[in-house]
Amino acid sequence: MMLSETDRIFTNLLGPGGADLASSRARGDWDGTAALIARGREAIIEEVKASGLRGRGGAGFPTGMKWGFMPKIVDPARPHYLIVNADESEPGTCKDREILRHEPHKLIEGAVLAGFAMGAQRAFIYIRGEYQAEGAALEAAIHEAYAAGLLGPDAAGSGAAFDITVHYGAGAYICGEETALMNSLEGQKGQPRNKPPFPAGAGLYGCPTTINNVESIAVVPTILRRGGAWFAGIGRNEKNCGTKVFCISGHVERPCVVEEAMGVPMKDLIERHAGGVRGGWDNLLAVIPGGSSTPLLPAKICHTAIMDFDGLKEAGSSLGTGALIVMDKTTDIIAAIARLSQFYMHESCGQCTPCREGTGWLWRILRRMVDGNAQLDEIDLLWDLTKRIEGKTICALGDAAAWPVQGLIRHFRGEIEHRILDYLKRGAA
Amino acid sequence: MPKLTIDGVEVEVEPGTSVLQAAEALGVEIPRFCFHDRLSVAGNCRMCLVEISPGPPKPVASCCLPAADGMVVKTDSPMVREARAGVMEFLLMNHPLDCPICDQGGECDLQDQAVGYGAGRSRYTENKRAVAEKALGPLIKTAMTRCINCTRCVRFAEEIAGAPVLGQFHRGEDAEIGTFIKAAVATEMSGNMIDICPVGALTSRPYAYRARPWELTKTPSIDVHDALGANIRVDSRGREVLRILPRLHEGINEEWIDDRTRFACDGLAERRLDRPWVRGADGRLRETSWATALTAAARGLAGRDVAALAGDLADVEAVVALRDLMDELGSPHRDCRVDGAVFDTSQRSGWLMNAGVAGVDEADILLLVATDPRREATVLGARIFRNWRERGLPIAVIGPAIDAPYGYDHLGDGPDALDRLARARTGFAKTIKGAQNPMILAGMSAFRRPDGLAVHRALHEAAQKFGATFNMLHTAAGRVGALEVGFVPGPGGMDCAGILRDAKALISLGAEVSAPKGCFTVYIGHHGDVGAAGADVVLPGSAYTEKDATYVNTEGRPQRAVRAVAPPGLAREDWTIVRDLAAALGKPLSYNDISARIEAAWPHLARWDTVEPAPWGPFGTAGPVDRVPFAAPKDAYYHANAICRASPTMARCVVAFRAPNSEEAA
Repeated sequence: MMLSETDRIFTNLLGPGGADLASSRARGDWDGTAALIARGREAIIEEVKASGLRGRGGAGFPTGMKWGFMPKIVDPARPHYLIVNADESEPGTCKDREILRHEPHKLIEGAVLAGFAMGAQRAFIYIRGEYQAEGAALEAAIHEAYAAGLLGPDAAGSGAAFDITVHYGAGAYICGEETALMNSLEGQKGQPRNKPPFPAGAGLYGCPTTINNVESIAVVPTILRRGGAWFAGIGRNEKNCGTKVFCISGHVERPCVVEEAMGVPMKDLIERHAGGVRGGWDNLLAVIPGGSSTPLLPAKICHTAIMDFDGLKEAGSSLGTGALIVMDKTTDIIAAIARLSQFYMHESCGQCTPCREGTGWLWRILRRMVDGNAQLDEIDLLWDLTKRIEGKTICALGDAAAWPVQGLIRHFRGEIEHRILDYLKRGAA
Repeated sequence: MPKLTIDGVEVEVEPGTSVLQAAEALGVEIPRFCFHDRLSVAGNCRMCLVEISPGPPKPVASCCLPAADGMVVKTDSPMVREARAGVMEFLLMNHPLDCPICDQGGECDLQDQAVGYGAGRSRYTENKRAVAEKALGPLIKTAMTRCINCTRCVRFAEEIAGAPVLGQFHRGEDAEIGTFIKAAVATEMSGNMIDICPVGALTSRPYAYRARPWELTKTPSIDVHDALGANIRVDSRGREVLRILPRLHEGINEEWIDDRTRFACDGLAERRLDRPWVRGADGRLRETSWATALTAAARGLAGRDVAALAGDLADVEAVVALRDLMDELGSPHRDCRVDGAVFDTSQRSGWLMNAGVAGVDEADILLLVATDPRREATVLGARIFRNWRERGLPIAVIGPAIDAPYGYDHLGDGPDALDRLARARTGFAKTIKGAQNPMILAGMSAFRRPDGLAVHRALHEAAQKFGATFNMLHTAAGRVGALEVGFVPGPGGMDCAGILRDAKALISLGAEVSAPKGCFTVYIGHHGDVGAAGADVVLPGSAYTEKDATYVNTEGRPQRAVRAVAPPGLAREDWTIVRDLAAALGKPLSYNDISARIEAAWPHLARWDTVEPAPWGPFGTAGPVDRVPFAAPKDAYYHANAICRASPTMARCVVAFRAPNSEEAA
């Protein structure tokens, strides 16, 4: 099951065609946007629901349903806001980056359509601070859109106003968490908020807010043009459908970003688009299938893993952002996970106890385990700690810190034990 | 009204109630560190996790989860116990287990909850984190390594004290609490952070290493450092008051007290008058016995026209006894307004805070006249700040500009601004005329001027015109009680200014004033301050922690201070000194039970903690008001009375929090 060329949404994902308005229009962007808006709020939401689109930022929440949570009537004192989360900071993930710099008009048009569907007249695009070139491309596109009347008081000829504000983050991973992002936008410290209230009730500045990933928004215009049924028809079933932009990095011949059909087998994805694992498929040790927070999968599972929400859930991991980190047999898997653990310790915001204290503890144990300088029962301790962090925190960063470690213990316990015993042996000698 | 089930018991609660509060209403204990009833909800400690169904299969923080209809809550399931044990372990892993040398020991939430919910042993074998101390001034001692980042202090500073100087810096395990510009926590409410800190990160510097909580005798009492009558707990050991803590009173101080109330108690052990003194022929005061002193006092007073002043800390009992003595002596020269304030004392509503302290919460507009609540009645200032912060209370000031955490309109410097306000049609004038619950709060500075009576009348007229409550904000704890029992000039009697100019003989009940030259002065008081220094006979009395006494606060609420420790040396309860002085003068009082005497004459003063409403009626004297600006409220916050002036801690505060242009700085 591979994506046919005619079903490709991001035809300029890798950028040979130019990101400017004229080139984008030639690829079909901004075609009849006013007519799409004229279908009405409900019709747009229904179409997106019918498409089966699930959030592309990692959690996979149905996008149409999320839009449906917004109040039906806009209270003039509490305007609705759309936030596009472009704070792409998950290690291994670089899909939004390509959309931002090569397909910005898809995102802008998607924002206008999504904003209209939820009664918002302003979108904030919160972009990762390190994405300077991507930000410049996006801002140039927004500038073009304003000049062409696609944004502004009569956005795309719809008769309604729509504005987009771009805001740059300052380098904190946690600001990609939706409520921390809102705090950051408001000028507060980027720390997640307790939920409830959920953003659709009280989000940015206490107003109804929907926050979506760049990719989720950028596919919307095409879904509306070609119909929800078309999108839902790609992939294995209605819960795992559509196209997905995958990022493949690590020990492959050609690391790449590629749009593929949901449900593509992991092996096909790696072999066809990334030139295969360095040294051949048999040299594969493990793959982190969905960005650094998802549990790794060892080679024997990778062989049959299906790249969609349920496929990876069955395999004991998660689709996440669709960012594959491929590791061949030269990898020190304990050191690799320890490095991720260090990342989560460094990026924990420090607000709530289990994550603030627990992430450091995980890393300290793992750091010793890299050398084998640990006790065998500390493997169980490590497992127990991840369970004491997971699900106990305000946001999902605690979970994200726990899962890679769980994946490591689940599949490479023998490796850890071996290293500890080896260390003991060397000490004895 | 949502109905939910907690541990098998169904309960119906107000909409918006959190699950934690609902459980509390049922008497189900849910442990917590960051949650505090009077602060915003942070939800960061994760100690209050409970199991909820229907819902995701993971525990939820009950402090920030609104109770919903049909919710089933389990607070003691295996999942919850496991979650709490986990949080406890994480909190303790970097917490120094130095309880034996920690001042919080014995009254520490972390200690208690570790016993209740922790595992009993640590699995953490790595190095512990250390956090640099923060210099928060002379009152708060820090041990930031103990901090669990609950942010209660941060939220308190921002939401209650109105001094947003604290914050959480850095992130992850490097997160720490500190001040933005390495400044001391310059708010008069700072001591409360010590109380709300659930661990030993913020402790009392003056009290450091002085006692353990289980060694202390705890006496519920009343504060006298301002006229609010904050409810306090006096913690003493032997004859020494070691610390003062707040006691809950929703109508007055809620659960806060200001720094003067809390920290001036070390002044109770300094500069005390612990024996009688008599001025000899050489002009020097000499220690003597009670008998000699009373005889000397009687001899000096006899045959002269005796005047009497009741000082700022005088209790009702002593004032009543002194008033009765003056009646026996046939002297009308008595006054309790020793700061020189002049106002009409004929109407009770003319000198009370008629709306009550809690009335500030209901006010929808507030006019401050010549008062700085932050320094004159700090806890009241916090209420005003809360109303402003949460409901946007419009506030205006007439008189000198004040340094307040809330914003206000400055309508003018002198009493003429009242007249302008009455005639104006826009801005604040328009708002106050349309308000439901306007409130005028006038400080003592409004009356400490020759045209005090006319100002008093002008304020009455303003209150009438705007339909506002008139509220006098006293600063002296003893003043309202003395006014209640009529300790004001009798017919033809001199007021305070007259007495200080012309009196020939004076009995001073703790009035810190200088008597006129040649005036024979008997001083009854507890501290060697201005009053005692100029007296001819000094009779040692008791401070507020050393006697059972009644104080009436600025809203007219009589409250009972309870003797926590014995007075030092030969010092005695004040009213008994007056009684013995009367006997020595040959005019013995007709009673031995002062409480019965008070109850018979002023029954409302015996109904403790109940405010007798004051009927509204005209007060003040019509007349021209001077255009002279109101004087700045007395700014000597840390030096307000004899106890504060004797307190080493207050002296350190004066230096640390020295404000430019303040009286204290001079």
